[in-house]
Amino acid sequence: MKRTDLLDLYFMENRAKLIDLAAFMDRVDRAEGDADFRYAAFKEALKELGRGDSERAKHVLLSLSDPTTEPIPAAPGKGAIGAWKT
Amino acid sequence: MRYIEPHGHMVSRTTDDYRDMVTAGCACVCEPAFWAGYDRSSVHGFYDYFCQLTDYEPKRAAKFGLPHYCWLCINPKESEDVGLAKDVIGIIPQFLDRPNVLGIGEIGLNKNSRNEMQVLEMHVDLAANHNQLILVHTPHLEDKLKGTRLILDVLKSDSRIQPERVIIDHVEEHTAQLVLDRGHWAGMTLYPESKCTGARAIDIFERFGSERLWMNSACDWGVSVPLAVPHAALEMRKRQWTAEKIDSVIYGNPIRFMSQTPKFKSPA
Ligand SMILES: [Zn+2]
Repeated sequence: MKRTDLLDLYFMENRAKLIDLAAFMDRVDRAEGDADFRYAAFKEALKELGRGDSERAKHVLLSLSDPTTEPIPAAPGKGAIGAWKT
Repeated sequence: MRYIEPHGHMVSRTTDDYRDMVTAGCACVCEPAFWAGYDRSSVHGFYDYFCQLTDYEPKRAAKFGLPHYCWLCINPKESEDVGLAKDVIGIIPQFLDRPNVLGIGEIGLNKNSRNEMQVLEMHVDLAANHNQLILVHTPHLEDKLKGTRLILDVLKSDSRIQPERVIIDHVEEHTAQLVLDRGHWAGMTLYPESKCTGARAIDIFERFGSERLWMNSACDWGVSVPLAVPHAALEMRKRQWTAEKIDSVIYGNPIRFMSQTPKFKSPA
């Protein structure tokens, strides 16, 4: 597809997502309380959007991933959080 | 339009979902064994679940004219209890001859623990001993990359496993290439809040090729959309895919993978 066609298809949807993202960050910034590793990871992952290649999605996912390679001794529970806590 | 839902946890869905899927063109549904949302307390709970997957649910689907297949295992979310897992794996062979059983799945990892790894190896051994296809679940969110790498290494270390007879599910942009490079099939799960959206799944098809990739809704008891695959097909049309190409991906690809077992009868 041509770039213009893709923008016709997806621009409005992603414009809305971009504003939602900005409003989410404003909301978190306005709130009281301690820093949270998830928000730090989120802001770190945001930097990947500035990449000049077309690998942004991959690198955002990598940025939010557990970088270790060995199995852990025991599962602490069943759920995942969405960001890696060192 | 016709399509196959290769990963749907139909025991958690309503008859309305069956009706809507068939209305949208679903030609058959395949149901991997899953976690119930709570831990089953004994091997007897699994025995009953396997009876449900191989006897009752196919009859429920048949009321809507929909062929139903399944995969059997103890899910990675219940793999921390290795003793229970051994008991459950011990009763699976008595179900493998049932006509709708396609293989072992969805096995894999959840939190990437040592016990989960041990149970994964036991499942791979079971599949190899009984010449079964394998469907693999990869972990969620931050655990996916590491879990995918560990799973790929377990599969590679068993020389009896033919890579093309294994589908590794829930791939995303950071894991698709790892899976395809090992010769496996890869599945993309279309979820509203995690895993893939339809638009991203189409990106992955366009970037990595559609030779060994499928899409599924993985609809279950959580937030999920049973019609996610036909919705993605609609998005493919907007992305100027031809009807033939859409059909080859949402109908042809699941048939090509699952036809590796003679149990699977092509809906056509
Ligand atoms: Zn599943």
